[in-house]
Amino acid sequence: MFGKLTWDAIPFHEPIPLITSIVVLLAIVGLVAWVWRNGWWPYLWNEYVTSTDHKRIGVMYIVLALLMLVRGFADAIMMRAQQSLAIGASQGYLPPEHYNQLFSAHGTIMIFFVAMPFVIGFMNFVVPLQLGVRDVAFPTLNNVSFWLSASGALLINLSLFIGEFARTGWLAFPPLSEKAFSPGVGVDYYLVALQISGVGTVLTGVNFVTTILKTRAPGMSYLRMPVFCWTALASNLLIIAAFPVLTVVLAELMLDRYLGFHFFTNDGGGNSMLYMNLIWVWGHPEVYILVLPAFGIFSEVAATFSGKPLFGYRSMVFATMAICIISFCVWLHHFFTMGAGANINAVFGIASMIIGIPTGVKIYNWLFTMYGGRVRFTVPIYYLIGFMLTFVVGGLTGVLLAIPPVDFVVHNSLFLVAHFHHVIIGGVVFALMAGYTYWFPKAFGFTLDERLGKAIFWCWFIGFHLAFMPLYVLGFWGATRRMQHIPDPTWAPWLNVAFVGAAIIGLGIVLTVVQLLYSIKTRDQRRDITGDPWDGRTLEWLTLSPPPHYNFAVLPDVHGEEAYWTRKQTAIKEDKLIEEPNYQPIEMPINTPTGVIVAFFASICGFAVIWYIWWLAIVGLIGAFAIFVWYAWRDEHEHIIPVKEVRANARERRRIRMEHLHTLSQST
Amino acid sequence: MADLRHCARLSAPGVALFMLGCNRGILDPVGPVAVAEKQILINSTAIMLAIIIPTMIATVAFAWWFRRGNTRATYRPDWEYSGAIEMVVWAIPALTILLLGGITWIGSHDLEPSKPLQSANAPINVEVVSLDWKWLFIYPDQGVATVNQLVVPTGTPVSFRLTSATVWNSFFVPQMGTMIYTMPRMTTRLNLQADRQGTFEGLSSHFSGAGFPGMQFKVQSLPPDQFAMWAQGARGQGVTLDGRTYAELAKPSSYVKPITYGGVQPGLFEAIVADRVQQAGAPHAAPPAQPETPEG
Repeated sequence: MFGKLTWDAIPFHEPIPLITSIVVLLAIVGLVAWVWRNGWWPYLWNEYVTSTDHKRIGVMYIVLALLMLVRGFADAIMMRAQQSLAIGASQGYLPPEHYNQLFSAHGTIMIFFVAMPFVIGFMNFVVPLQLGVRDVAFPTLNNVSFWLSASGALLINLSLFIGEFARTGWLAFPPLSEKAFSPGVGVDYYLVALQISGVGTVLTGVNFVTTILKTRAPGMSYLRMPVFCWTALASNLLIIAAFPVLTVVLAELMLDRYLGFHFFTNDGGGNSMLYMNLIWVWGHPEVYILVLPAFGIFSEVAATFSGKPLFGYRSMVFATMAICIISFCVWLHHFFTMGAGANINAVFGIASMIIGIPTGVKIYNWLFTMYGGRVRFTVPIYYLIGFMLTFVVGGLTGVLLAIPPVDFVVHNSLFLVAHFHHVIIGGVVFALMAGYTYWFPKAFGFTLDERLGKAIFWCWFIGFHLAFMPLYVLGFWGATRRMQHIPDPTWAPWLNVAFVGAAIIGLGIVLTVVQLLYSIKTRDQRRDITGDPWDGRTLEWLTLSPPPHYNFAVLPDVHGEEAYWTRKQTAIKEDKLIEEPNYQPIEMPINTPTGVIVAFFASICGFAVIWYIWWLAIVGLIGAFAIFVWYAWRDEHEHIIPVKEVRANARERRRIRMEHLHTLSQST
Repeated sequence: MADLRHCARLSAPGVALFMLGCNRGILDPVGPVAVAEKQILINSTAIMLAIIIPTMIATVAFAWWFRRGNTRATYRPDWEYSGAIEMVVWAIPALTILLLGGITWIGSHDLEPSKPLQSANAPINVEVVSLDWKWLFIYPDQGVATVNQLVVPTGTPVSFRLTSATVWNSFFVPQMGTMIYTMPRMTTRLNLQADRQGTFEGLSSHFSGAGFPGMQFKVQSLPPDQFAMWAQGARGQGVTLDGRTYAELAKPSSYVKPITYGGVQPGLFEAIVADRVQQAGAPHAAPPAQPETPEG
């Protein structure tokens, strides 16, 4: 009846997961009760859960990412604590079976459920606004994508309370992840959760490529798109090309585990090298799926806060697309030590380095964007400068790893761990925090507290360097990764410094929560009335903060590369806005519970597959399919916003903008 | 002291970071492979730092000089393109990568793990098997085997053939250089040499499960005559590694103390690669193993 699921799956005898489970459960129950008592359910259901509004979906993605960041960080600090304690004769406080789950969960969660939803959240929120359109190409699909990602995140976290997570590392290399060596449900949790969220990610890719290629405001030619949209295009092209590979390789491993196939087993003609290749054919582009939008965010930040157009726009676009393509030709650098031979290693090594060229160009272009500007030292600019200083060093260690003879001695070491955290924290996380500060007022109509924002930056910047610079040193000393026990007591000082660094990052995460609460409390003092709090240059700053559901009363006419900036300058010069257009009623997609119901059934199906409860898996599958059929037969697709409402809102908006332009022209 | 001076000479100026740990790990190479790899590491770092340090200084300098409050800085609100600068910013990384690409091409070929080392001395052969979770070293020519202790003659190339009896691992002696994967049903090749006498740390550098941190081993580099004495002394002593003792050894265990076997059943390594170790007696004419070697 319940497959492999018994009471033994609940960790009654392990205090850490048990207490965590109870605390998390109580927190969820408390939150639900609180929302219920305040009567917020209808609002949440209508405005967020079932919303097809890209802005709301974007916000939900980012909330998911921030929640998962807390989980991923908890894993990280526990690992650092274990490595500081388990030295020499001591075995620390975590046995191998627990520690091995921690680093596997940390990697999986941070990449798939923090970095990915954070990046996708920004693409959701920003891309349609920057393109000057009202929504993405497929709004309902967008909602489905989000809920499938959330379903994957749910299953991963469920593994903490029911059963176990994979003990194989975040890429679950076979044969270790095969049934013969990992008979538990851990790897199945990993596989099923990633398959479900992977579907969501591919759908996002399809959605955004279509949106960017097919729905742009009149006059928004490709070479007038903001660089963030270009990077989003590149990132989504990579998603479409790379994620199916992940789906296939994980499906093959599932066939091995569930049906006794032999894709990657030691016997029956399986070959684990195939998995290594396929997973990295996805895995390396994945890095650029994350980092390209990060570059896009920094491009927007650099131009806005330098008060200048981005230097070398076309160069930036070319560099972005070059990285997009070359990133598919480098995967073998993840296993130079497999012994593939000198020619193969050298070719892939050089291909990997070539990515350094367009990346280097980008750094110089941000540098020259600041040159001749009036740089405002806001929080996003702190992150930009922090990023430029950090990322070049991360790039250096990356090129070192791309040189096979160097990789031969630092591969899989703490040097490697330090390197990829260098580029992911120094590149992606810094960008996400910059974007969070930059677009927050657009999403909610008030800015985040600046002083706390700077404190958070310093926590990340100092914490990162303290946490990972020591790992480079240990890597040179021959320390490898994923060690539940440290053999050499002389490593202790460096590991302790790393622990302090991680704790400082933790302080930054706590301050992020404090900043949010404090900013909400004091929001009346920091309202963004104008819709343009940073003197922006792209179209999202043309509309209100927060924007109306339909974004723009009339789709803006785009002339030139910086659509909003050009328009703003003309208006200031002529002291008048463009002529009032002829407003039309606006058709917008209606809300739909499709996404959340599909995800509900997908979660059930996933959970059932993990525990071999086959009847329940069939129920889940049928339920998910039925909701699609029901959705396909719907009669009503859109609702109409009457012209009166549009006109009234737009006139109010014009009045505010005019006032804003007056203050701007007086200040210059 | 000689080591320290040696170390200082190799370090390019400005690579202060490396000095911190210059007496250990990959920064204290004991053989030709490791020495060459360290040299490439330092050269490449120096080349890149020559570009990166000025870029970092310029980042801070530009941001600070062009801060909004600085009235002496010229504001050029429309300046967004300069062909000359574009050319320079594409040329700098391109030239750097051209140089590093050359180093990569030459280095990859010179230090290809399967390439035999140049030496006046004939290499000794060692067959390496990673087990859950310990290392088995078979000396086919000497007819002995050890666990978690690799004994090599100083100044003599060691030619390794490696495989795994269970999951993937990676054989790594940081001070000797190049690591390489050990993979089940496949063999890889590696050539290393220790030019210094002493004991060096070895480890698995690819996660392999619960007992992984207990896969440390020691490498003992002895003068060739002492190595020969060691092998002779070990031969015939104690247990012979045959199908039965191998099955016993193969059971999962971790933090295993060094073991020496006075004899090895011929063809054991091939049988492990083929996954056909016979528990009782000799492997009956083990069919020629067809290892899927990546190097062909």
